[in-house]
Amino acid sequence: MAEQVFKIPDSIKKNAKFSYCPGCDHGVATRLVAEVIDELGIREKTILAASVGCSVTLYDFLEIDSLEAPHGRAMAEATGIKRACPDKFVFTYQGDGDFASIGLAESMHAALRGENISAICINNTTYGMTGGQLGPTTIMGQKTTTSPTGRNREYYGYPIKIAEHIALCDGTAYSARVSLDTVANIRKAKQAIKKAFEVQLKGLGFGFVEILSTCPTNWKMTPDKAHERVRNEMMPVFKLGVYKDITAEG
Amino acid sequence: MVECLKDKKVLTKGNYAIANAAVLAGCQCYFGYPITPQSEIGEFMSGKMQELGRAYVSAESELAAINMVIGAVSTGVKAMTSSSSCAVALMQEGLSYAAADELPVVLVSVMRGGPGLGNIYPSQGDYFQATKGGGDGDYKLIVLAPSTVQECADLTYKAFYLAQKYRNPTVLLADGMLGQMMEPVEYKQNPYPEIDNSNWALTGAKGRKGRIIRSYAPLASDRCEFLEKLYKKYKLIEENETEWEEIGVEDADVVLVSFGGTARNVKIAAKMCREKGIKAGVLRPITLFPFPHKRLFELSKKVKKFITVEVNMGQMVNDVRLAVNGNAPVELIHKPVGIPPAPEEIVKQIEELI
Repeated sequence: MAEQVFKIPDSIKKNAKFSYCPGCDHGVATRLVAEVIDELGIREKTILAASVGCSVTLYDFLEIDSLEAPHGRAMAEATGIKRACPDKFVFTYQGDGDFASIGLAESMHAALRGENISAICINNTTYGMTGGQLGPTTIMGQKTTTSPTGRNREYYGYPIKIAEHIALCDGTAYSARVSLDTVANIRKAKQAIKKAFEVQLKGLGFGFVEILSTCPTNWKMTPDKAHERVRNEMMPVFKLGVYKDITAEG
Repeated sequence: MVECLKDKKVLTKGNYAIANAAVLAGCQCYFGYPITPQSEIGEFMSGKMQELGRAYVSAESELAAINMVIGAVSTGVKAMTSSSSCAVALMQEGLSYAAADELPVVLVSVMRGGPGLGNIYPSQGDYFQATKGGGDGDYKLIVLAPSTVQECADLTYKAFYLAQKYRNPTVLLADGMLGQMMEPVEYKQNPYPEIDNSNWALTGAKGRKGRIIRSYAPLASDRCEFLEKLYKKYKLIEENETEWEEIGVEDADVVLVSFGGTARNVKIAAKMCREKGIKAGVLRPITLFPFPHKRLFELSKKVKKFITVEVNMGQMVNDVRLAVNGNAPVELIHKPVGIPPAPEEIVKQIEELI
């Protein structure tokens, strides 16, 4: 008898068709979120506060309850959901622009309050859905449609290191930065997502994972080249690692 | 701190009356950011909600506060925020989303002077903000305007009920005078039934498919259908819920139209006019949306003149003119900001206008 070792996670909608661009890491991240929801057995008590940007389409792919949020306000809506229903599992899935630019106040304050919420932030160093403009995580020297000669200090200032900032908040239980460029890193990313979800389920506080991701369309690269860029240009600035884990021993 | 006692008359401020009634109406979550002249609402809620084991969040901004309310009500519970003028301005985005997502958000807006930072004196300068909206697109909020501290309580119950009944954001539009003044209030039993929202609320996709509450509709045809449906609901609200108070309008030559705290002095002014032989009546819209257009139109066939009295530069007067549709002249007595004009002052101006 053949044994099925790989299948579409139960939390993915039947007949869901991913609308992400070819080679975009959103597809992998979405699958990891679905796998973790399945493994923790929380699908039926999960509520998503959706975002604005490419990440908004998550609600079309997962068989869960979802609420639309204005751009940047997902964390406020998640707070409202969780305070109204503390027994539900509440999470957000946002891009770096949504989480760390227009929604930075909501994100930081949710972490500072120690909301029992989990947040996934996809960092691709650009505003993807609107065509690749400079965002809060665009790295120094990076050319975008609104930084045609590259990001410089004079006009744009510096990118934000999200996972480090969130780790500084006293209400944060877990904060990590992961990437999806290799199979080993994808496995680590899944572990991080699981941890960020578990701290909420245990009532320990805010759980956060920043995922370095590709945007081959706006970077104008092949998926392979895009992953090379994650390794060669992003990782030196946005170092992978666990920045806070209150459950860690020692 | 005022106690949450039912069926007992207490002397209290409008702000406390609103907060107390909200608790008694079953408000499970309060989210807010301080601003004068409504800070007592948040202060009261911070203690009472914790005492009752309900949710209270001191939000980082009004942007966050209104979106926290959206999140809470999406799960089917009653939730509210309260704010004022320049801070309600920050909530316009959320209100548009709540209208589009058909969510029963309750906002208490205690008006102060504007535009900009303005001042903390009473004002009715946010009639447009509440009834016309500052968010994007075609939408309507249900707007209730109390005139007394008792009505602050009564209409708070009603705000929660109408919000749930029509799945529509609802505004209780008070002002700094009502918020700060004290009057006797009786907290009656909440007269409204509970609304079943189990067919749409987000509770986790247990034994059913996932629900998505969203207004996003990429196709133009979807958007058209969506808006037609939304406006059918608004028409229904107009038919069912338009509420106003009228005094002596049947034989009136002059009908004074005024809402909120200002209407109190207008009622006295109308009485003084009658004593002087001027046949004056009063129409006080209690719902600002839906507005009593029909009633004003009916009256316009026999009334010689309408005069609106407002504490702003003239906002509701536009809706009265639309309702009257040229059948009679519509004049304005107003004061830009502050406590409403005294009855004697109103009578003097009426005499000049007729």
